[in-house]
Amino acid sequence: MQFFGGGSLTSVAPEVTPSPAAPPGTGTGANAQVLYVFNRNGVCLLYREWHRPLHTLDPTQDHKLMFGLLFSLRSFTSKIDPTTAEKGNLGVPLLPGQGCSFYSFKTNTYKLNFMESPSGIKLILITHPRTGDQRDSLKHIYNLYVEYVVKNPLYAPGTPIK
Amino acid sequence: MPPLTPPKSGDALFASVDRVNAELFTLTYGAIVRQLLTDLEEVEEVNKQLDQMGYNIGTRLVDEFLAKSNVSRCVDFKETADVIAKLGFKMFLGVTATVTNWDAEGTSCSFVLEDNPLVDFVELPDTCQGLQYCNVLSGVIRGALEMVSMKTEVTWVRDMLRGDDAYEMRVKLIKQVPEEYPYKDDD
Repeated sequence: MQFFGGGSLTSVAPEVTPSPAAPPGTGTGANAQVLYVFNRNGVCLLYREWHRPLHTLDPTQDHKLMFGLLFSLRSFTSKIDPTTAEKGNLGVPLLPGQGCSFYSFKTNTYKLNFMESPSGIKLILITHPRTGDQRDSLKHIYNLYVEYVVKNPLYAPGTPIK
Repeated sequence: MPPLTPPKSGDALFASVDRVNAELFTLTYGAIVRQLLTDLEEVEEVNKQLDQMGYNIGTRLVDEFLAKSNVSRCVDFKETADVIAKLGFKMFLGVTATVTNWDAEGTSCSFVLEDNPLVDFVELPDTCQGLQYCNVLSGVIRGALEMVSMKTEVTWVRDMLRGDDAYEMRVKLIKQVPEEYPYKDDD
């Protein structure tokens, strides 16, 4: 099932109607490089790549690595949060959405944008490093997920999206 | 850094969701229950089946609710209950519930519904007195809360179809289940 055509964040495949309005300011950037969607158990529900020149790992390893990275990073970022008073020990598992949650990290070659819903659905979008804040786009993607995946009666929750 | 959009109010949510005709909804639900009674015949079985159906609905419903209503993580169970009563019920059924009867530890509360769109035009015959007609609602709440890591138990205390004056559902939080790292470390 194709959410985007040609890597553009604002276009949705023509046979899919109606769709939620695209957020303003996304422009026509052919910017998205890789997209992952994970559920709370680590199952990769969706993986799409538009521009990924270097493949270092095979897909299952790649998914596990990505999920593990984000899980640990989220736990870590909320433990060293200087603004909240109450912290568990490092290693105590967190409820999804609890504590502060990071939403992007940037390297010199790419930027990884992340969003997690309270139900544990994690959206990861890898883009060009100069991309602006993508939280609205990620929210838009989450809305699309809800609209077309969750509401699809033939979809079994927890299985990869076809 | 641009501010995140605040959560919408109940009425705005209700207006933004696609709506179906209320009678169609009520009659469809009534037809489902009727068919289950014919197929299963045992009232207890029907109750269980309604709960299971509600559970499956709830696990999907919660994503839609979170996406449309933009609420962030609730700090505690009290806030969760308020959000369900004001935003959740309003968004999906068009009625608001009131939250009452908190117990001492704050883990158990009641949702009271004055009017319930599922039971319009419904009367229970004498042969089905044990039937929890709205059991699907308790399943929905249980399923939805389980997807946000809260294990709960939901029971019906008062039911207008049996002669009480309102619908009252008791929701008890059993525990909060934090996420666990799903992969084993040895591979």
